[in-house]
Amino acid sequence: MSILSTRGLSRNFAGLRAVHDVDFDLPKGQVRALIGPNGAGKTTFVSMLCGRIRQSSGSVSFDGQDIGRLPAHKRIRLGMAYTFQITSVFQRLSLHENVALAARRAGTDEGAVADALSRVGLADRTDQVAGDLSYGHQRLLEIAMGLAQAPKLLILDEPTQGLAESEVLAFNALVRALAGNTTVLLIEHNMDVVMAVADRITVLNFGEVLAEGTPEQVRANPDVQSAYLGTA
Amino acid sequence: MLAALEGAVTAAVLALTAIGLSLVFGVMRVVNVAHGEFYMLGAVIAWSVATSLGGHPAIGFAAALVIAPVVVGLLAAAADMTILKRINYDPERTIVATIGLLYIIQQVTLMTYGPEARPVEPPFNHRLALPWVEWGEQGLALYWPWGLSTTSYKLAVIGAAIVVLLGVWVMMTRTKIGLIMRATQLDRDMAQAFGIPVERVYAIVFGIGAGLAALGAVLIVPIQQAYYLMGADPLLLSFIVVIIGGLGSLPGTVLAALLIGMSDGIISVFFSPTLAKILATLLVALVLVFRPQGLFGTRAA
Amino acid sequence: MSRAVALHLGLIAALFAAQFVLPTYHQGNVARIMVLATYAIGYNVLFGYTGLLSLGHAMFFAAGLYGLALPIQHLGWGAGPALLSGVAAGALLALVVGLLALRTIGVAFMIVTLMFSQAFYLSVLLAGTWTRGDEGFVIPAAKQVLFGIDLATPTTRYFAALALFSLALLATLALVRHPFGKTLIAIRENEERARMLGYDTFRHKLGAVVISGAISAGAGAGFALLFGYAGATFASVQYSIFPLLWVLLGGAGTVIGPLIGTLFIFYLIDYASGLTDAYMAVVGVVLVALTLFAPQGIAGELRRRVWKGLP
Repeated sequence: MSILSTRGLSRNFAGLRAVHDVDFDLPKGQVRALIGPNGAGKTTFVSMLCGRIRQSSGSVSFDGQDIGRLPAHKRIRLGMAYTFQITSVFQRLSLHENVALAARRAGTDEGAVADALSRVGLADRTDQVAGDLSYGHQRLLEIAMGLAQAPKLLILDEPTQGLAESEVLAFNALVRALAGNTTVLLIEHNMDVVMAVADRITVLNFGEVLAEGTPEQVRANPDVQSAYLGTA
Repeated sequence: MLAALEGAVTAAVLALTAIGLSLVFGVMRVVNVAHGEFYMLGAVIAWSVATSLGGHPAIGFAAALVIAPVVVGLLAAAADMTILKRINYDPERTIVATIGLLYIIQQVTLMTYGPEARPVEPPFNHRLALPWVEWGEQGLALYWPWGLSTTSYKLAVIGAAIVVLLGVWVMMTRTKIGLIMRATQLDRDMAQAFGIPVERVYAIVFGIGAGLAALGAVLIVPIQQAYYLMGADPLLLSFIVVIIGGLGSLPGTVLAALLIGMSDGIISVFFSPTLAKILATLLVALVLVFRPQGLFGTRAA
Repeated sequence: MSRAVALHLGLIAALFAAQFVLPTYHQGNVARIMVLATYAIGYNVLFGYTGLLSLGHAMFFAAGLYGLALPIQHLGWGAGPALLSGVAAGALLALVVGLLALRTIGVAFMIVTLMFSQAFYLSVLLAGTWTRGDEGFVIPAAKQVLFGIDLATPTTRYFAALALFSLALLATLALVRHPFGKTLIAIRENEERARMLGYDTFRHKLGAVVISGAISAGAGAGFALLFGYAGATFASVQYSIFPLLWVLLGGAGTVIGPLIGTLFIFYLIDYASGLTDAYMAVVGVVLVALTLFAPQGIAGELRRRVWKGLP
């Protein structure tokens, strides 16, 4: 059963087709990677899912409910979590308060805060101010904020950007541990991560779905190869 | 008819003042709350220049016409470099700083110039009777009724304002400095990358904006009087004009100045001046809430 | 009891004790300062904790002022119900203004609040028949009685002002420790992130405007009641700039900042006005100096250098 699906989802910016007529289905518990060349419309697409951007046309449904017209905060409350492509944490607040803000709204308790911070390896820094963290650690903090919300669907926009090698491996393990319980949709450029964690892959190109399948199928797809080579 | 002419004088001076505010907001994204005080300063300097020179009023006035805008412009540029530049034009801190500047300029004027309102003599002032057309006994008749008259000076104000506005327009569209300003307006970082001295451009724009307000004040001071609190109304009206005209749009600003200036006289016929002001301020607030691109603007993508 | 609570209770105790030491002249001043600091506290809820800079708070202060004074003057109400109507008038006005102004952000928000406040000020002048405009009117001493206490004597006035101030101070302290207040801080820090955690940021901001407007109106009503006067000056732009100045100097987003800032500016203006008519120049200089050199204000610097946990 799909937890998330879109039909004919499109978005134009001043006549430019950023996303065009996308039908997309994500079954519950799956880890799905969304890949594609720069400017393929990946961030626009997930922004329409969580309500940061309103679609020009088409529909979005989540957990059996049409959410295409709901404002962002209501979609989040239905059980989505979203981490930003460009790190967006509360710079001047402590790590604990950052994660607590996420947990409080979602109705999870203090335990969830400590648990989320320890799962990303930041448990020993809870009282530090977020702005003092390195870029990579801020990305991990964002993931912890997503985890603390205990979402049904976790959307991660380029989560491993700026992470060290060992942190990437830890991230992979974290996502695999979520699989089955939490549905994960991740935009990712690092193909090693994609191949390691994704159950299935969707490829976007020029705002349209170019291909979809298992990592092996997508890797072997000649259209995908030419799309990537064509823009490289 | 007479109301329309008086309205045109108001509109002309308002357009000069508002275009200064609009220029500063357009290029620098800075809301200059001290703009009205630069206007006031222009009038006060005009008074001191005119009184200290003596001789025929035209000599003092001509000197004021040059000196006041230049002095005010230089002062404003100095304020830009010492204060606004140092807070990096952060929008909210800039407003707070220019509120501070407002009080400093106004109160220092009170200390030096004093609380009196003082007149400046116009350089020339012929009474011009205006013809009026009426359907009389012998058909259509042209006659010069008593009281329907204006002064040559008022007409000159309108003419001067048109010339200056055209000058600003030519500067923005046809000259290199205008091109540089527009480039800076579009993308500050990009302009900087192309070697445009953005900080100097900002200082110049801030100076020109204040200078235009001062020029408007010099033109009006023979009609009104120089007074240390005279900056409040032009500030409010300029705000109204700039917002209704669409923030930072020069043609919109001029159009709105005409509309507000001309209607100011007409509205006061129907309502008390206070009620007219209430309606105008509420209109501005609601325009900002529901049509932030201004009444004449088109919504940017 | 945490250090923060102890600090603020200590402050209230110190102000209580001060009444017995201060000479009469300063007693009157401090009573005034406490009421004005209550206004600053109201302003701080919106500016300091929510990050919304209003240039029109005089309308809320004056709504409280007239919300209390007009019913007393023209309807013969007692001080108790009039105090409530003052606060209610401010809260209601804040709700309406908030619903409209919060559709804008940043500079536009500042100008919209300025314009609404200006329209309010002009309306007070327009209704000169009842408000007597700039000249204002005096509330008779016989009406300055609350719960049987005569508020027109220096001592009762001081303690009434202290009660009002303490109420507002402790309310803010409770607010910033409450999840609602913590969410306001989150909105100040990063509104988009707060929204994407599922918070309805518009409703939170609207709540902040109403709380801020109600506290400011409470201060206005208290001012009219304790000092027995209502005039249009309190609705003018100057009274929108003052709380900004007090809060900026004292430290935006700190609970004690508003009092510190009000205290400093009050005595600075008191001193300067003895020297020159152009005492508002001092306000200008302080505003410019603050934006240049100490955007965090006094309590903000204390938090940065001495005690990070200062609420």
